[in-house]
Amino acid sequence: MSVTIDRDNCIGCENCVSICPVGALYMVDGKADVKEDDCINCGACISECPVNVISLGDSVEDSKTEEVLGANTGKEKDLWVFAETDNGEPIQVVYELLAETAILAKKSGQRCGAVLLTKDAGNVPQKLIAAGADVVYVVTGQEYAFYNTDCYTNAFCELIKKYQPSAILVGATVDGRDLGPRIAARMNTGLCADCTALDIEGKIVYWTRPALGGNILATILCEERSPQMGTVRPKVFKPAVPDMERTGEIVVFEIQNKVENRGELLRNDPVVETSAMKIDEAEMICSGGRGLGCQDNFKMLENLAQLLGGAVGGSRAVVDEGWIDHPHQVGQSGKTVTPKIYFAFGISGSVQHLAGMSKSDIIIAINKDENAPIFEHAHYGIVGDALVVLPKLIEKIRAIKES
Amino acid sequence: MNIIVCVKQVPDTAEIKIDPVTNTLIRDGVQSIMNPYDKYALEMALELKDSMGAKVTVLTMGPPQAMAILKDSIAMGADDVALISDRAFAGSDTLATSQAMVAAVKKVGDFDLILCGKQAIDGDTAQVGPEMAEHLHLPQVTGATKIVIEDGRVLVDRDNETTVQTIAIPLPALVTVARSEKEPRFASIKGKMKARKMEIPTWSAADMNLDVNIIGLKWSPTKVAKVFTPPAPEIISEIFHEEDLQVAVDKLVEKLLAAKIIVR
Repeated sequence: MSVTIDRDNCIGCENCVSICPVGALYMVDGKADVKEDDCINCGACISECPVNVISLGDSVEDSKTEEVLGANTGKEKDLWVFAETDNGEPIQVVYELLAETAILAKKSGQRCGAVLLTKDAGNVPQKLIAAGADVVYVVTGQEYAFYNTDCYTNAFCELIKKYQPSAILVGATVDGRDLGPRIAARMNTGLCADCTALDIEGKIVYWTRPALGGNILATILCEERSPQMGTVRPKVFKPAVPDMERTGEIVVFEIQNKVENRGELLRNDPVVETSAMKIDEAEMICSGGRGLGCQDNFKMLENLAQLLGGAVGGSRAVVDEGWIDHPHQVGQSGKTVTPKIYFAFGISGSVQHLAGMSKSDIIIAINKDENAPIFEHAHYGIVGDALVVLPKLIEKIRAIKES
Repeated sequence: MNIIVCVKQVPDTAEIKIDPVTNTLIRDGVQSIMNPYDKYALEMALELKDSMGAKVTVLTMGPPQAMAILKDSIAMGADDVALISDRAFAGSDTLATSQAMVAAVKKVGDFDLILCGKQAIDGDTAQVGPEMAEHLHLPQVTGATKIVIEDGRVLVDRDNETTVQTIAIPLPALVTVARSEKEPRFASIKGKMKARKMEIPTWSAADMNLDVNIIGLKWSPTKVAKVFTPPAPEIISEIFHEEDLQVAVDKLVEKLLAAKIIVR
């Protein structure tokens, strides 16, 4: 699928060539042309063209929409958050999503709902209300003690059919990303994966997410089907301060058509936690990249981290080299971290790495290449060999701490 | 045992760079590869074939050049392949893609297990596998790190957020794969020869009895409204560039102390 260009009327201004995010437009004989295989039909060029000679490859008309399962009727109302639990307690991302969803709900004149599937609700509904929910739908039963695809999908879809929310937000956790597509497929609706920014206009949610390894961002809409759905990356939004005075409605719901869980959970062992695994909670992280040269030099990083009371992280390159284990990896294919202070030693700052740490409050970069992309994101930095700087820095800080 | 493996051809996203002047993607010289997670899924299927005997069929949806990864699959040891390719599929989102893939699975017919990579590294959605499982009413486990077939069930190890799990589901089933125990094997000489000679079948929408009105961009619930490169952050930064690195360290620490980033 690609855009089409009316070359006869092209004036050769090249505006479209420079806006194209995938480099699919180019000039031939002073006029724009499109590489059909590269074009992703995003339409970014269309608004740039001063003479309106570019059009989408396929006109999007949906005369059949009314007959479609999941078609948006316009009556759907409210934004829901899946209140994923661990041992009966909502996980962190639930509070993050409730805070953001409450904002979107207020802006669009809807309510912020939370869906709680659990063995025993306890005081969790009150906690969800304190965190921003206006209404909590509670389904209880032994079959919800642990997440399982079958019972969770079934219960969620029954709630959707009964109460018809306009949008559903699910944390992009391991289980959230198991559940989301299952619900979307059953409801015949769209799901936007792993979003990092949200907005709303009318009742239409603007889901923004990284693609191509974080190289580009795409804003996705689901205007014709319902509910609109998205999974949202943890650590993107900040939870609200709980307000125990807040009031809300609690709806206890009985599932009419129960299903059997076809899966049997044979083992569910806690991962042995090392201090390093805590990097997603640490307020201070010292990360190393290929610039540290070898595995032994990570000991210096550990020394600095210890001195400052932080954790040790690494780039994908050093994890691939085996210098440090995967739980320490920061970036697109590792962990997203938001510490107060992030030290990057010998890390050049690929887009994949930046995707995992650029939201840190203060970034301090040490790299011998003054053109390394990490410096564009750094608040402080030193241009120089990380292996020379690191021991000097440790010595200096130790002297200060001991003085 | 019949295993279907679903694979996707993707650009090697680790190789993509941004042109600092035009702020657009530099795609020249970026290789197309088999999505790494799909390759782990194929390796898992081939290990089952080695240990208990299985017919491994590999399916991909994409443009004609995606045939390359089907040839790679044959060279690694797959028995059969098909390319699902039709201009009408262009612009498909995950839901529309899952529907086309399900039509292809139905055309293959008999299967006990479908394996997919847990996600593709270009879109990173992790959705097509579970959506296929839903359309086929199959039990699923996502993010497998090990699978064992036992008494008509598949036992799947997976990493959850804070736990390691083993989940058993009855066959037929769909499992998405995070990694294989062994690194994916290299192509054998014999496999490469077989791949070279093999005619790769291409299935169009019509070949799979799909109505062209309910596929592709038009039938996809999600639409891309805007694509943009991430805005450069506006940061006032102090980068020390000194001949003597001790001087740079001293200056940095002084700043960090003043900003209370380091406390005495």
